[in-house]
Amino acid sequence: MTKYTDQGKQDTRSGYGAGMTELGRTNPNVVALCADLIGSLKIDTFIKENPERFFQVGIAEANMMGIAAGLTIGGKIPFASTFANFATGRVYDQIRQSIAYSDKNVKICASHAGLTLGEDGATHQILEDIGLMKMLPGMTVINPCDYNQTKAATIAIAEHHGPVYLRFGRPKVANFTPVDQKFEIGKALMLNEGTDVTILATGHLVWQSLLAAEALENQGISAEVINIHTIKPLDDKAILDSVKKTGCVVTAEEHNYLGGLGESVARVLATHHPTPQEFVATKDTFGESGTPDQLMEKYGLNNKAIEAAVLKVLKRK
Amino acid sequence: MPNTQELQDLVIQVRRDILRMVHKVNSGHPGGSLGCTEFMVALYNEIMDLKDGFDMDGIGEDIFFLSNGHISPLFYSVLARRGYFPIDELNTFRLINSRLQGHPTTHEGLPGVRVASGSLGQGMSVAIGAALAKKLNGDDHLVYSLHGDGELQEGQNWEAIMYAAGNKVDNLIATIDRNGQQIDGSTEDVLPLGDVGEKFKVFGWDVLEIENGNDLEQVIAGLQEAKGRTGKGKPVCIVMTTEMGNGVDFMMHTHAWHGKAPSDEQLAIALEQNPETLGDY
Repeated sequence: MTKYTDQGKQDTRSGYGAGMTELGRTNPNVVALCADLIGSLKIDTFIKENPERFFQVGIAEANMMGIAAGLTIGGKIPFASTFANFATGRVYDQIRQSIAYSDKNVKICASHAGLTLGEDGATHQILEDIGLMKMLPGMTVINPCDYNQTKAATIAIAEHHGPVYLRFGRPKVANFTPVDQKFEIGKALMLNEGTDVTILATGHLVWQSLLAAEALENQGISAEVINIHTIKPLDDKAILDSVKKTGCVVTAEEHNYLGGLGESVARVLATHHPTPQEFVATKDTFGESGTPDQLMEKYGLNNKAIEAAVLKVLKRK
Repeated sequence: MPNTQELQDLVIQVRRDILRMVHKVNSGHPGGSLGCTEFMVALYNEIMDLKDGFDMDGIGEDIFFLSNGHISPLFYSVLARRGYFPIDELNTFRLINSRLQGHPTTHEGLPGVRVASGSLGQGMSVAIGAALAKKLNGDDHLVYSLHGDGELQEGQNWEAIMYAAGNKVDNLIATIDRNGQQIDGSTEDVLPLGDVGEKFKVFGWDVLEIENGNDLEQVIAGLQEAKGRTGKGKPVCIVMTTEMGNGVDFMMHTHAWHGKAPSDEQLAIALEQNPETLGDY
């Protein structure tokens, strides 16, 4: 069924690194900041090629967000990067006052989001960051699905004026989107047309949704799969067009069901077109140590969980 | 450049603005505003090299960040009287639909303000970022910032203080308003700050003191001295001792007027002590 094939597993954070390398060569206003995690964020090449445009702030994320805000005054486009946990919850007020409320053109780029950083456990995982960031007025929230899309998104957000939260991950996952696909902020991508159910997925769960759709097709169920890489602003029209056709929806994300993509979709549906919905997401819990696959299985975030949610929501039509 | 008498007249008029603004809406922070009046009047009218008009990037001019945003009445009065926006607009302080929010913001597009402040402890990081941008742009103008002493209890400052020295951000002059007071009482009772200048020194800053931050000539001399120390590999800190509520006798020597407006009778007395010089708004 799927016209998408895995071009070889890669980590989305390396897509960020590759995007930064390109921005370093093409946009002289782009500057990078990091809080003692250069290797994890894969920005070694940017730093090597543009040492004067890189700021190592040390283990001091609050200061990093403030410096990033200040760098915009003078026309720079700062990309401030660290783990998602330390890029959001730890520095929420700095982002709120110095960046979001101050309308600063800062790109907050967060790796190791969700459960799939694995063995480090819940102190370093975060399942609340989409909610935290989407609640900030003016903040754009993006969660690309693979290496190619993360690279494209990194390049695209430099052209967008305003604060952005770009969320990506640690593990090597399927890389399946076209290498030359342009990234349009806020424009959902139809991956597989279907008629029985809509699956709206973001981040690592997009590939899992395609796997689920393939299995469902073998059971005679036609699943439409849409990649919601931008959670805010949400592509209301793409969502409504699809559910008007299919009549039910499953949302899938590596995030708490409180505050995530699913709730944003539920708001759109409740307002315009009430539709049965099931949530593939963590259920108000912290994570724990384990391999990424074990965690996705235990917390119900893989293709099998999506299949089960589809079968459940179909009965509610 | 205005002469000292003209600046002194402006100081008195700004004090009147502060008092009338907070009185009108029965809210705001007169104590710290009055304490830093000489500093901000000198900075904007004698010290900083400013372009005409306002643009956010501030390339080719000195720029200033107010970290202790609660002294917004002072900031607004000085900005208005420096020509950033109409003086009449001071009438709208803290009112609905105003650009003069309780704490300064960029959100309403008020000329002169480059970042929101009020949630304390964030201004030095922002000032460092702006100073780094100036260096990248080859702009040899300076970045000034003002911080309350109580504000130094916020940990983010110490991240910033460490960063600025470690990275030789020597186009930054951060002034600490050492009035020794905060909402709950004396800084030394609430959470002792000890010797602020020594703390900056051991972190690697070049530190100087203004012993009386309510003496206009001392303030100007101190700021000029600080300017002369920039560009030498170290960020510059001024520890400026001020009297909260300065210029209004019953507001001095107490923390009581940190965030309290005067009554009608108190306003009349306070204004009597600061007779009109340049015309009320």
